[in-house]
Amino acid sequence: MIRFRLVVAVFLLALAAGPAWALSSPSEMLANPVLEKRAEAIGMQLRCVVCQNESIEQSDATLAAQFRAIIRRRVTEGWSDKRIMDWMVQRYGTFILLRPPFDPMTWILWGAPAIALAVGGVAIVLARRRHPSLPEPLSVAERQRLAELLK
Amino acid sequence: MDAIIRRRLLMLGPLGIAAAGSGVFWALMLRMQQGKYDPHALQSMLVGKPLPDFTLPGQTPSAGFSNTDVNRGKLPALVNFFASWCIPCVEESSALDELARQGVTIWGIAYKDKVAATAGFLTRYGDPYHQVARDADGRTAINFGLYGVPETYVVDRTGIVRLRYAGGLSSDSVRDTILPLLRKLG
Repeated sequence: MIRFRLVVAVFLLALAAGPAWALSSPSEMLANPVLEKRAEAIGMQLRCVVCQNESIEQSDATLAAQFRAIIRRRVTEGWSDKRIMDWMVQRYGTFILLRPPFDPMTWILWGAPAIALAVGGVAIVLARRRHPSLPEPLSVAERQRLAELLK
Repeated sequence: MDAIIRRRLLMLGPLGIAAAGSGVFWALMLRMQQGKYDPHALQSMLVGKPLPDFTLPGQTPSAGFSNTDVNRGKLPALVNFFASWCIPCVEESSALDELARQGVTIWGIAYKDKVAATAGFLTRYGDPYHQVARDADGRTAINFGLYGVPETYVVDRTGIVRLRYAGGLSSDSVRDTILPLLRKLG
């Protein structure tokens, strides 16, 4: 029982430790923890255009550092999250959003799971139709003969 | 149909898909090798729009300029971001010289560079620019959606950006991309 509790405790601790990738160096961080949290959350959703698979929060590129500074300034100035994101998209396009929006360019991406399900479903229905359900159960005479044979 | 033949045909399905996939992949790699496809290239939000508002100080002896100066100057024109610390900028200097010789107006913006370093760069590799301004903190570049230097923007007669060329220009890209577009824009 003690061991079980220990495992649970370790697991909870690991959860509580939270993401280790919030990379803003202490000097960049805002004094106000609420605003800093917001700035980090925004930065995590934006792609660094230099190291394209890293977020602005994760990247060491100087351009990313500059974006972090801009986001923090806007957050302090009271801009809403959406306004800051729109400001970035206006300059760098939707590619800068790590979570692509649902638009004519990306509907096939977002719809892929549904499409796959539909195709699979159709395939199953077709296969079922071609191979109709199990044959009739054995008659009493057949069952007796089978038992004879298996003796 | 014979069961064995059907099974063989079934096997061909996945094989066919794999073959088609490798074909696409091969074409992609080939285009990357030929320089026709760059997976890191970003589309520019500025294409089809006027230049963003900016007013930048000059790199002496050049005067500074603003977006309205570009729009009032000779058009079509190029706006070129460069920096002395950027290797592709060195490589594209001869292509820019060639454009300048052909009478193309090129507005230069020194990106995140020191005054003395920019001056040294212009002395060493030539100055093809109509005027050179300084974007020391790179804030104007962000309004352009710039993601690295060099980047070249083609502005048409009405002040609309028609092309963003990311990376160094070469004699090939000048001949195949920039000059045909400038000719088309008149």
